[in-house]
Amino acid sequence: MAVISEPAVAGRRSPFDWLQTILPKLVLAPSFAVTIVCVYGFILFTLYLSMTNSAMLPSFTWVGLVQYGKLWSDPKWTISLVNLGIYGVLYICISTAIGLLLAILLDQRIRIEGALRTIYLYPMAISFIVTGTAWKWILNPGLGLDKLMHSLGWTGFTFDWLIDGNMAIYTIVIAGVWQSSGFVMAMFLAGLRGVDSDILKAAAIDGATLPQTYRRIIIPLMRPVFLSAFVVSAHLAIKSFDLVKAMTDGGPGTSTWTPAFYMYATTFTRNQMGLGAASAVIMLATISAIIVPYLYSELRGGRRD
Amino acid sequence: MAAVTDAALMVPGPRSTTQVALRWLLFAILGVFALVYLFPLFVMVVTSLKTLDEVRAGNLLSLPQNPTVEPWVSAWSTTCVGLTCEGLKGYFLNSILMTVPAVAISAVIGALNGYVLTKWRFRGDGVVFALILFGCFIPFQIVLLPMARTLGLLGLASSTPGLVFVHVVYGICFTTLFFRNYYAAFPNDLVKSAMIDGAGFFRIFWRILLPNSVPIIVVTVIWQFTNIWNDFLFGVSFAGGGGAMPVTVALNNIVNSSTGVKEYNVHMAAAIIAALPTLVVYVLAGRYFVRGLMAGAVKG
Repeated sequence: MAVISEPAVAGRRSPFDWLQTILPKLVLAPSFAVTIVCVYGFILFTLYLSMTNSAMLPSFTWVGLVQYGKLWSDPKWTISLVNLGIYGVLYICISTAIGLLLAILLDQRIRIEGALRTIYLYPMAISFIVTGTAWKWILNPGLGLDKLMHSLGWTGFTFDWLIDGNMAIYTIVIAGVWQSSGFVMAMFLAGLRGVDSDILKAAAIDGATLPQTYRRIIIPLMRPVFLSAFVVSAHLAIKSFDLVKAMTDGGPGTSTWTPAFYMYATTFTRNQMGLGAASAVIMLATISAIIVPYLYSELRGGRRD
Repeated sequence: MAAVTDAALMVPGPRSTTQVALRWLLFAILGVFALVYLFPLFVMVVTSLKTLDEVRAGNLLSLPQNPTVEPWVSAWSTTCVGLTCEGLKGYFLNSILMTVPAVAISAVIGALNGYVLTKWRFRGDGVVFALILFGCFIPFQIVLLPMARTLGLLGLASSTPGLVFVHVVYGICFTTLFFRNYYAAFPNDLVKSAMIDGAGFFRIFWRILLPNSVPIIVVTVIWQFTNIWNDFLFGVSFAGGGGAMPVTVALNNIVNSSTGVKEYNVHMAAAIIAALPTLVVYVLAGRYFVRGLMAGAVKG
């Protein structure tokens, strides 16, 4: 890759040349400064807050790891982690399965592919608050799916997961999968379109059937897409706050709290700033554990060519 | 572009019965999925056109007997958000006033950053880029507290300029990523020869790169527009109760208010209003929307 740096100048540098060499850095500087302060500086500040006894207002009394001890012994935090586990695993697995299935089916030279793709993907353009509002109404116990099934003749049907503490988290899975599986489909579709047609011809000559070709050749080739899909959806799952807020507001009780919801509720509603900061630090650590190796490999991979 | 199906499903000429059957099964599955994805949108539209009595009497899919726009009027101009009963219109305007400048500013900054990072490379530029890029992936909960304090110190708390500031700060990483990847593929020779001709930093950007940047500008603007319009966390944290509340926060307040009768028809109309701008953009420029999603997920 050709690298262009400072323009070559012969002899003495005029102020204009000096300006030309410093200008690019000057242009980049504000963004860099803002990133250092508002990303890294703020992370450190939150880390610091998590080690103070800040409540409604920030306090600067150092308490060490007391907030983290409180966090891990808080049953609401346990609920949040269990919910993230349930939601994360189901959301990632179901979205990936549906996304891959739809991508493979759409890749069979469907004439109306464009229209279908648009339909599968439009939920991704909508805010989680709108998605939550819509699904909250659809799953409304009594007036929603319940009633629809009753009027279709299935009178014994009940669906009250929204108000059932044990099942409410699964309603969020439903809405989340509806919103993002189309996106996973788009990623897989792009991957499928990138498969070298020679490999497929070779497979056909060797007498491989279509299912065999997919199972043995194409799906293994999709490994990088699986990885990207996992990273993106894991990231979305850990950050899931809007959808919970709109659909259940954490309820019934605290049964649908997630770590992101926990952070917001403890900090802003319950005025336990130190505890909220500690939960945010744990969230960041979890996401970093997924993102940093991914970014590292992506950036290094990009440099090779 | 590789079509996978040369082998079996799409053999030209006469097809066997099995192949025809498989083809039908394929369409049936795709069709069922399409219906499932469209179902919520259909329910929202239908519900928003019924009176509350009809909502209670019918079911999710029953069509309105006497379609009414009353819920839409109410959602737009009379329904209560907290204690003020003036509908969504003011908050919709807030969202526009927040989104338009934030998108424009972050796109311009991202374009310049991408230009510097690819055409005026310097020692350590890779590290600078990596540091900026990481900002795309942090959970924003980690910056909420210090940012709230900073906005307070700057006198921008609970204001639209404050939200614009926040969205620009945390949007730069995405816009920089997009433009950097796009400009990395832009021929360096053109830039070099312009330099030899004596063109300066801004002239090269303005005359050579920018005219060739239309696709990535569209991708960036759509991505930023969708993200910022749909944001809830920053809106509720930094303008939760105030007059600068964006439409997503107002919608949530309408739907989850604990007082009064639940007006499901008004909720649905309000939800469609809040979703309409991004939906329109998606329908008009879906191709670019997908490209943005991909660029955000898979870096080159």
